[in-house]
Amino acid sequence: MSIERQAIENLATLARIAIDDNRIKEISQQLGSVLDLVDQLQAADTSGLDNVANPTQESQRLREDKVSETDQREAFQAIAPDTEGGLFLVPKVID
Amino acid sequence: MHNLTIAELVEGLKNKAFSSTEVTQYLLTRIKSLDTEFNAIITVTEAEALKAAQAADQRLAQGDAPALCGVPLVHKDIFCTHGVRTSCGSKMLDNFIPPYNATVIENFQHSGAVMLGKSNMDEFAMGSSNETSFYGPVKNPWSTDCVPGGSSGGSAAAVAARLAPGATATDTGGSIRQPAALCGVTGLKPTYGRVSRWGMIAFASSLDQGGPMARTAEDCALLLNCMASYDSKDSTSVDRSTPDYSAHLNASLKGLRIGVPKEYFSEGLDPDTEQAVRAALTHYENQGAQLIEISLPNTALSVPAYYVIAPAEASANLSRFDGVRYGYRCDNPQDLQDLYCRTRAEGFGEEVQRRILIGTYCLSAGYYDAYYGKAQQVRQLIKQDFVNAFEKVDLIMGPTCPSPAFKFGSKGNDPVAMYLEDIYTISTNLAGLPGMSVPCGVVEGKPVGLQIIGNYFDEARMLNAAHQYQQVTDWHKLAPEGIQ
Repeated sequence: MSIERQAIENLATLARIAIDDNRIKEISQQLGSVLDLVDQLQAADTSGLDNVANPTQESQRLREDKVSETDQREAFQAIAPDTEGGLFLVPKVID
Repeated sequence: MHNLTIAELVEGLKNKAFSSTEVTQYLLTRIKSLDTEFNAIITVTEAEALKAAQAADQRLAQGDAPALCGVPLVHKDIFCTHGVRTSCGSKMLDNFIPPYNATVIENFQHSGAVMLGKSNMDEFAMGSSNETSFYGPVKNPWSTDCVPGGSSGGSAAAVAARLAPGATATDTGGSIRQPAALCGVTGLKPTYGRVSRWGMIAFASSLDQGGPMARTAEDCALLLNCMASYDSKDSTSVDRSTPDYSAHLNASLKGLRIGVPKEYFSEGLDPDTEQAVRAALTHYENQGAQLIEISLPNTALSVPAYYVIAPAEASANLSRFDGVRYGYRCDNPQDLQDLYCRTRAEGFGEEVQRRILIGTYCLSAGYYDAYYGKAQQVRQLIKQDFVNAFEKVDLIMGPTCPSPAFKFGSKGNDPVAMYLEDIYTISTNLAGLPGMSVPCGVVEGKPVGLQIIGNYFDEARMLNAAHQYQQVTDWHKLAPEGIQ
C-alpha cells in the first residue's frame, strides 16, 4: 500500500510533527509497508467478539475525588523550559 | 566478585564476607573500565550509589537489613528516579530530571538495594535492537558487532557483562525476553498489572509491564519479590497479595504438563535455535514433565494486531511531549503550532515518529473501527488461544526469538523486518500473560533463549521450572569471551 503525499501531510499535522518535504517519500513507503502488515487483520473473523482494552479484563478502579498530593508547583516548574510567575510560558497565541 | 549472583551477594553481605560499599565500588570501577565498549549505561550514579551503599552497610551492621540490602542494581532509564536524569533513550528527555520516583524504584529503595546507574534502551522502548537510542546503540557483550536486542538492551548487556548482578527492565512486545535471550541472561515479564507502572514512562499502556533481569531464575524471584506490589496510583495494578516467588523454586517438576505450540516451531525459526530449544524440552521430560503438542492458531495475527494497538496507544501517550512543561523545546518557536511541531520533530527519533504517525493513522476519523477496533477484537482471539491451551497444560514453552543476535544495520530500512523479531513474544503481551526467557544454548558463539509462558499470576511456577532447569544445565553460567 502506498500513502499519498497529502495523507502524510495531514497525519503530520494531526500528530504535531514537522516533516521535511524530502522525507515524505520514504515515510510514505515505510508506513505503507507497516499498513500492508496490519491489513492481515482484515481476514480474521471477529464477528461477535468484544474489544479487549485491558488484557486481564479487570475493571478500572475509581478513587474518591479528594486531594491526595501536596502542591509541588515549584518542583515541577523548575524543570520546565520557560515559566513566569508560576505559569508555563508559550509563544503568544492571541494578538 | 562480579560473578556473584544476587542470592550469593545477599548471603555474603549478611555474613560480612564483604560490605556493600566494597561491592558497589568494585562494580562502579568495572562499569568505568568496561562500559566504554558496551554503552550499556546512560547515566552512572556514583555518588548516590556510594551513599546508599554506606547506609546499607549501617543497616547490615545493625542487623535490621531488608531483603536486598546493599545489593547493587541497574535500572532501565524508563523508570523515573528522583533527582537523577531519566531520558527514556530520547533527546526529548535528555534534560529531564524527575521530581519523583517510580513505584518500582521506591520498592527497591525500601528493600535497601543500591542503584549503580540507568541503563540504555531503545528510544521510548520502541525497538528490538537498541539501535534507536539517542545515546547510541548498546553492543552485545557476546559479539560486539551484534545487537543486544531491545528495548531493554542496556539492562541485558549490563547483566551479561557482569557490570551488575541484576537489572530492571520493561516489556511491551518482548523487550525483556528478547534482549535476555540475545545476551544470555534470565528475564521475566510478569502478568499485566502485577508490577506498578506508576512512574514508568508510558509506551503502550495496555501492554507495558516492568520485570526483572538477572543471571539466574533464583535471582529473578528475589527481584520480583521486591518489584511486584499493589499500587493504588496505577489504576491497572492488580489488587492481590504478592506471593513469595522464592518459596517454590525447588518443587519437583514431576507431572508438569508443558504445552509445545506447533506454530512456534514453523517457518522462520533458525534450525540450530530450534535444536537448542528441543534439547531443553528433553531436559524437562527427563525431570518428569510431560510434553504436549498444542496449537495457538492465531499466532500469525499477533504481530499485525500489535502494530496497530502499540502505535495507537503510543501516539496518545506521547502527545504529552509538547515542549511546554518539561523536556526538550525547540529554539525560537514562531508560534504555538511551530513550538509543538518542531519540538516533536527535533526531539523524537525516526522510529518514534514513525510509530506516532502509524498510531495517528489507525486512530483517525474513518479508520478507527477498521484498525484499532479490529485489532482489539483480534486480541480476544489471541487471548482465547491461550485460555484454551491452559485448560490442558500448566506451562507453554518454545523459542524466545527466531534466531540469535543479528548484526547492526542488518534489518535495513524496512521496519517490518525488525517487527518480525518479536513474533514469539508479542502474543503474551496482547493476552496479558507472564513470559520469561532462560538461556538454553549457544549458536554461532551467541546465546539463545527458551521461552516459558505461564498462566495469569503463575510466575512462581515459571520460576520453579526455570530454576529446576538451571540446576541441571550450565547455559546460564556461561559468560561472554573476555568477561570471565
